[in-house]
Amino acid sequence: MVAGIRTRDLRKVYNSAPPVAAGTGGFSFGAPKPKGKGKQPKPEIVALDGISLDILPGEIFCLLGPNGAGKSTTVGVLTTRVRPTSGQAFIGEHDVWQQQVAVKRLIGVVAQRPNLDFSLTAREILTFHGAYFGLSSQERAKRAEALLERFKLTDRADQMVRGFSGGMMQRLSIARAMMHDPQVLFLDEPSAGLDPQTRLLLWEIVREYNQGGKTILLTTHNMEEADALCKRLYRSRPRHRSRHSARIEGGCSWRLLAAPPLRPSLAGLPPPSTGPRRRPRSPRQQQQRCRPLRRPRRLPRRGGCCVGFRRQRRVVRRAHLRAQP
Amino acid sequence: MNWKAFLAMLARDAHVARRNFVALLFQTFLQPLMFVFIFGRVMVGSGYMPPSYKSLLLPGIMAICMVGTGIWAVAMPLIAEFQFTREIEDRLLAPMEISWLAIEKVVAGSLQALAAGLMVIPAAWLLLRPGVDLHVPHPLLFVLVALLVALFSATGGLALGCSMQQTHIGLMFSLIVAPMIFFGCTYYPWSALEKFPLLQKAVLVNPLVYASEGLRATMIPQFPHLPLLAVVVGLVFFNALLLLTGLRNFHGKSVT
Repeated sequence: MVAGIRTRDLRKVYNSAPPVAAGTGGFSFGAPKPKGKGKQPKPEIVALDGISLDILPGEIFCLLGPNGAGKSTTVGVLTTRVRPTSGQAFIGEHDVWQQQVAVKRLIGVVAQRPNLDFSLTAREILTFHGAYFGLSSQERAKRAEALLERFKLTDRADQMVRGFSGGMMQRLSIARAMMHDPQVLFLDEPSAGLDPQTRLLLWEIVREYNQGGKTILLTTHNMEEADALCKRLYRSRPRHRSRHSARIEGGCSWRLLAAPPLRPSLAGLPPPSTGPRRRPRSPRQQQQRCRPLRRPRRLPRRGGCCVGFRRQRRVVRRAHLRAQP
Repeated sequence: MNWKAFLAMLARDAHVARRNFVALLFQTFLQPLMFVFIFGRVMVGSGYMPPSYKSLLLPGIMAICMVGTGIWAVAMPLIAEFQFTREIEDRLLAPMEISWLAIEKVVAGSLQALAAGLMVIPAAWLLLRPGVDLHVPHPLLFVLVALLVALFSATGGLALGCSMQQTHIGLMFSLIVAPMIFFGCTYYPWSALEKFPLLQKAVLVNPLVYASEGLRATMIPQFPHLPLLAVVVGLVFFNALLLLTGLRNFHGKSVT
C-alpha cells in the first residue's frame, strides 16, 4: 500500500511561557508571577496558519522556507509529535491525530537534530528500532547490516554513538528511519551537517527509496537540494518576517543567492567604520547586482559554480511561481 | 496494545541496565550498606545502640535501596532523554500508545527496585549478623508489600522525571529525596515519633513511611509498626496519584 499525505487548514499556535526564574535571581519551581493586578496575556506564536497540502503517493515533495517558517512544525504535526490547534492531517487514509498507532506504522522520521539513543551502539539502535516495529531477529540483523553498509557505517557499527561525528549521527538517523521500510519518509533538513560527498550519497539513497514507490516529504532551505530531489515544492511563509526571510518573500528569486546572508548592520550590530560610507543603491542598481554572474571563460561549459548558480536561479523561480495561490 | 513493541522496549531497558550493572551496583548499595555497617555494627557493637536496632534497621535500609533504585532507574533516563537531544523520540514514534511507553518505564523501574530489594537483604544480613531477628510469617503479604513499594519507587521516578529539568537534578535530591528518606521512618520506626505528635502526623504525607513501615510489618512483626491495612491503602493511594501525575506530565513532554 502506497500512502500519500493530505492536510486541511492546518493551524498551530504556540503559547510560549515566560522563562523559569527570569528576573528572580534564583530558583523557582514555577514561572514568575506578574507584578501587576491583572495577568499578562501569554504571547502567541502562530507557527502554521492554515496549511493545505496534497502530496501524492510515491512523490518526493519539498517544503522550502527560511528558518522559522514552520517546516519542522508541519513535520511534527504529520508525525504525531505536535498537536495541531485546528485542521486535519491524514497519512494515507488515517487521521494523524485520531489513529496515531496506525500512522506510526506507516512513517519513518528523520528529525532536524540527531535524536539517537545514546545508550546503544549503532547496530543496536537499528536492531532495537526494528524490534519496536515487530521485525523478527533475523530480519532485523539482515536489514541493519545492509543499512550500515549502505550508509558507510560498518566500521563503527559496534561503537557507542556518543562518539560519532555530526555527519555520522545524521546518516545513522536516516538509516534508522528506513529500518522498518516505512511507506512515508519524513526528512527534516536531512543534509544539514553533511559533507558534499555524503550529501550526494544521501540524495542517491533518497531517489532509490522513492523509486520503490515510497512517499518522501523533505524540508530544506537549500534550494539546490530541493531542485535535485523534489518534483514539487511548497514555500513556507513565516508570519513574523525577519529581514532574511523578507528577501525571499520580496519576490526577487535570485537575490537571496547573490546577496550576502546578513550584513552586520542588519543583525543589529554597528556598521563597519572603515572607509567612506556608500550611498544606498537604487532599485535598478540592486537589480543589476542580483543578476546571475557571467560564467568565467576558464570554467568548462557544463561545470563549476556558474552552472550551479543558473540552475538554482531557475529552481527558485519555479518555487516562487508554484507557491502563488 | 502492541505487546511486541512493549517487550522490545523492556528488552532495551534491560540491555542498558546490564551494560551499566557495576556502576548501578555501587550507586545503589554502597551508601546504604555503609550506613548499615556504621549504625548496625559499629554503634551497636560499641554499646551506643541497643542490639535490637539491627533488626529494626534492615527493613528501612531495604526500603531506601528499593526507592532509590526505582527513582534513579526511571527519573534519570527520562530527564536526559527529554532534553534537547530528544533521545526518547524513536520510542515515542514506535507503533504503540504513548502512555504504554510511560508504563513500560514504570515496569522496568519496578523490576530493578525489586532486584535491589532482594539483593540488599542478604548483603545487610551478612554485615549485621549475628543478632538479626527476621520473621516473615506471611510471605504473600511480604511479596504484596514489596511489589507496592517497588511500584511506588517507579511511579515516583516517572512523576519526578517528567517534572524536572536536567539543571534541577541536584535540587531534586536535596529538596525531595533526602527529606523523604530522613522523614520516611527508615532509620527509626513510626512509633518512635510519639514524643513529637505533630511531626508524627505530618510524616504521614510521605509515602516512604508506608513503604518502610510495611516492610517492617511483614519482616519484623514483633516490633511496633503501622497497621498493615493502613500501609496497603496508603501505598495504593500514592501509587495511583504518582502514576496519574506522571502520565499527565509524560504526555505534556511528549507532545507539544
